[in-house]
Parts: sequence; C-alpha cells; structure tokens
Amino acid sequence: MKPLSISPPVAALLLAAILFLLSGLLPNGYGSNVNVAMAQATNILRLSVFLAVIAAGQTLVIISGSEGIDLSAGAVVTLTAILTYVTVNGADEMVLPALLISLAVGAVIGLLNGAGITFLNISPFVMTLGMSGVVTGAIIIINHGNVSGKVAPIMTRLIARPIAPELPIPSALVIWLIFGVLMWLLLERTSFGKNLFAMGVNRVTARLSGVNVTAMNLATYALAGALAGFGGFLVVGNTGVVFINLGQPFLFPSIAAVAVGGTLLSGGKGSYWGTMAGAIVLTLITSLLTTMQMPDSVRRMVLGATLLILISIYGRQKALRQ
Amino acid sequence: MKGFNWSTLTARYPSLFALILLVLAIIINFALQPNLFERDTLNSNMRVFLPIMLLAVGQAIVILGGGIDISVGSIVSIVNTILATQVGLNGSPEAMWQYVLVSLLAGIAAGALNGFFVAHLRLQPIITTYATSFLYGGLALWILPNPGGGIPAVVAELYRSTTPLGVPLAFYIIALVLALWWYLRATRYGNFLFAVGGRAQAAYETAVPVTWVQFSTYVISGLMAACSGIAITMLSGSGNAEIGTAMTLNSITAVVIGGTAMSGGIGGVAGPIMGAVTLGLIQNIISFAHINTWWETLVKAAIIVIALATPGFINLFRRRA
Repeated sequence: MKPLSISPPVAALLLAAILFLLSGLLPNGYGSNVNVAMAQATNILRLSVFLAVIAAGQTLVIISGSEGIDLSAGAVVTLTAILTYVTVNGADEMVLPALLISLAVGAVIGLLNGAGITFLNISPFVMTLGMSGVVTGAIIIINHGNVSGKVAPIMTRLIARPIAPELPIPSALVIWLIFGVLMWLLLERTSFGKNLFAMGVNRVTARLSGVNVTAMNLATYALAGALAGFGGFLVVGNTGVVFINLGQPFLFPSIAAVAVGGTLLSGGKGSYWGTMAGAIVLTLITSLLTTMQMPDSVRRMVLGATLLILISIYGRQKALRQ
Repeated sequence: MKGFNWSTLTARYPSLFALILLVLAIIINFALQPNLFERDTLNSNMRVFLPIMLLAVGQAIVILGGGIDISVGSIVSIVNTILATQVGLNGSPEAMWQYVLVSLLAGIAAGALNGFFVAHLRLQPIITTYATSFLYGGLALWILPNPGGGIPAVVAELYRSTTPLGVPLAFYIIALVLALWWYLRATRYGNFLFAVGGRAQAAYETAVPVTWVQFSTYVISGLMAACSGIAITMLSGSGNAEIGTAMTLNSITAVVIGGTAMSGGIGGVAGPIMGAVTLGLIQNIISFAHINTWWETLVKAAIIVIALATPGFINLFRRRA
C-alpha cells in the first residue's frame, strides 16, 4: 500500500487554511462574521503577493543548484523601489519607464552576481551577500537621507486597491495570478526551465548533455535580479513611501517561502506554486502574530518555532543510509 | 615560473590569501595611525575585534563540516541579556563568574538544538538556523525587552585593560583557541570533520560517524558564540537584545575572507581569525581615512567584494596565460 503523501504546496495551503480558520477563535479574531473573515483573508493574500514575487527569483536560483541563493534580493528591492519612486514622481506616464528601469537595474545587478559566481568561482552565498552590501551602500548614497518622489495614482490603483469598488478583489492578486502562470510556463514549458532543472540536479551531466551551463547560470541570476526589481516596483506601489530598510525584511522570508513550498534548497526540484503557497503561509503567520498583539519577543519565538515545525515536516534531506 | 602556481598554493594553504590581506590592512592602517602598535592602541583594537574572532572560529568549524550557522548572532544576544539582567551593574564578580558558566551552558544548549535539527532530523542548515535565530533572538528580547542592565565595572575593566606582560588579553585567548584547534585537527575528530565537510555521503560509507560530527560542529559553534557573547558583554558593559544581530553576517564574511570554502572541507580556523581582524581593520581604515559618512557602507562592501574576487581574478588570468 502506498503511504499517503501530500505534495508540499498542498500541505502548505492546507496548513494556511487551518491556521486561518483557527485564528477566528482568537479574542480579537473575526469570530462568526463571514464578511470580516473574507476581508481578512483577501488582505492576507494581497500582502503575500509582494513576498511571493520577490521569492520568484529566489526560487529560480535555488532550483539552479550548486548552493544557489540570492542574498542581494532585499537590497535590490529597496533600490528599485527608490528608483521607481523617484522616476515616477506622481506622473502616470512615467510608470512604464520606471518599471523598465527597475527590471533593467535588477537584471544588471543579477548579471554581476552571476558573473562573479560563474567566472570568479565565488560561492553564491558570499557573492550575493557582498553585492547586497554594495547595493545598500549605493542606496545610502542615492538616498542621502531622504529622496523626493511620489508614486503615481495608477500604481496605487493597480497594486494597492481592489479591481472595482463593487468587486472587492485586490488587483494585485490578478497581477500575481498572471505572474504565477508565466512562472509556471517558464519553469515547465520552456527549454530554459528544462535546462534549469537539469542543471540543478547535476551540473556535469547537464553540461555533457548539451546545456550551456555558463550562459544558463548568468541568465538565471540576471532573471532573479530582474524579478527582485519587479518586486521592488510592486512594493513601493503598495507602501507609497520608501525607506532604506524597505526590502531587507523580505530577504530571509523569501528563502523561507521557497523552502516551505517544498523546493529543495540543494536544487533540482521545486515549483513556483510551492513558493506561492509558502509565501501565503509565511504572510499569514506573521499577520496572525501581529493581530494577536503579543510582544515582539513572543512573536519572533512563535515564528521561529513554526518555521522549524514546517521544515521538519517535509524539508528533510535524504537519509545517509540508502 | 616553475614551482609557483597560485592555484595550487592557495589550495594547499587556504589562509595564504587571508594573510596577504591582513598584512595589507595592517600596513594601510599603520600608515594612517602610526601608534597602531603601541600597547594601548593595540589593546583597544584587539578587545573590539575579539568577539567577532571568536564567533568566526565557531562559524568556520560549522562551515568546514559542510553546514552554516545563521543563529550565532542570536546566541550572542541571549548570553548578553542573561549576563546583563542576572548579574547587574551592582552585582558581585562571583555572581558574574557563575553566570558566565550559565551562559556557556546556554550556548551549548542552543548549539545542540541546532545540531539536533540539522544532523539528526537532516534539515537544511541555512533555513534551520534561520528559524532558530528567531527562536533565540525572541528569547533574548524576552529576557531583556529594552536595552539596559549591565555587569559590574570591575569585571568589565578586567576584560578591557588586562595586558599581562604588556600583551593584550585577546592575544592570549586567540593563542589558546588556536592551540586547541591545532590539537583538535590532529586528532581523529579533525580527520572526521574534514571528511564530513568534503563529502558527507562518502564519509558515511567509510564508517565516519557523520551525524555526530555534524552535531558536534553546531555545539562548538554555540559554545564559541557564548564566548563571543561574554566578550562583547564585558566590552560594552551593558545589555541589548539586538547586540548580536549584525554579527552573524560579519562572522560568515570573516570565514570566507579567511579562505575557508563555503562548500565545506577546505580551510581552517587561523584564516577566519585573520579575516575577522582584517574586517575590523577595514572599519578602522575607513574611519581614519575620513571618508564621507554617506560613502562608508559602499566603500566597506566594495573592499570586501574586491577582496573576495581577487583570488578568482588571479586564477582567471593564470588559466588564460
């Protein structure tokens, strides 16, 4: 008899649903009010969009294997958020240029990461960590205390508001859905995706089977950077303000979202659906802990313990004895 | 040139590059600050560098064994808050030594929990220790929600200005740590450690107790983090639950600058110690060079990236040549 097995994304979603239902029982939860519950649920989903988009690039580099990881994502988010903020400066027609700038700047930073990792043999962890420092340094210089800018009304409408007043679905969710489908197509229906998984399982066999590992590695990090840049664009559309520490709080949660979604941190196996589910779970836990009005110390401990339990369930590596 | 080949040289002596960097940093620092080698300056520098050096030693051992420990900074915070709340500014030195012992045990316990999850449950180290870093960081914040408390001035002074035979205390501690490491490396445990870090599966198949070796690296790292926490508490004399937060990434940078490979199995502890000193000296140089404050972060990060990229560049040109 086959043991009952649930795929990690499904398990994460189930967990999210159960947690959310239980949260209704809390003293200041939604109680028996269905409308409030729905509103809370959509808000949590909306908030997970930002983490999930930033974690998309993380998913790609982690799937690519060889200790792939992008620790510069947080800094890139901050940088592109600031660039968007300054470029748009309240004008609707500047939104598209700002988006392109965000993507391009992210891609260039990612490409530099990829070049360091591929040509100079620096481990991804260290290369992207160093890059994070450089980008943060650049942000401090650009920011110089404060920047003047403004998000455009159209960004707020598309990112932070519902689709229409009578239809209380956040537009961000629509963006996310399209984004998710594109990510799925990229990973499952293109040769890039196929090569990425092949490379993640074993670089040598991938190279011998005709995958251009060098180009793939560069492309993966550049794409991851561009996706983080997109994340920054979205984040500033939601917050409407920028500050130096805007992106950094997304960094480790983005790795955790990937891990919770069942993508192996050693590479070669994973999906973006998993990351989406992971982002929902993490956002849910964080916002529940905030609603429970517990002291920061308890919140951190609960978050740590929950993460430990989550990864204990399905984050285990192969046993040594086979 | 026959007999000189950069890549074989760095492969054989992983800390060679760290030594070159250290010497460079010392020369530049000396040029900016001519009294660098006077006893008081040396002591005031070394006592600031020591906490990161100790932390880097523990981190290096975990990384050598093929893991990584993101929770070290939070362990430093726990130790700091334990000492600051339990001993207090008006406490007795005896109470201090008792709680130093408690702190060491706390560090070992925290490391053992990391080790249990990583080695026994086989969870991925980076995400596991990230999770426990929240656990420990939260605990530290729970012990001491707002910065405050402290340790008796007598004890703090002992750390700050003890210079037996005119040599700063930090040198004795580092000599002791290095002696212990060189002893450890020569034992069977040392061989096991490098074997596990190199290729855990192969080590397992040749009857190396992989699980126990991995477990032990986290315990050592926890213990070293506790030592680092004790040192930084005696240095600052006060308590702050966020004191260790920034130290984790510094410890990893020190290890890498020190020539210990992130993939495990290559390197040692002497390199990371030099790496930690180099990091501290870079900070000194930046403040002595009167660099505009806005540029400080960028300059520091750029120096680190260049330092990390240089061996790669040298190898790149050697291969072409």
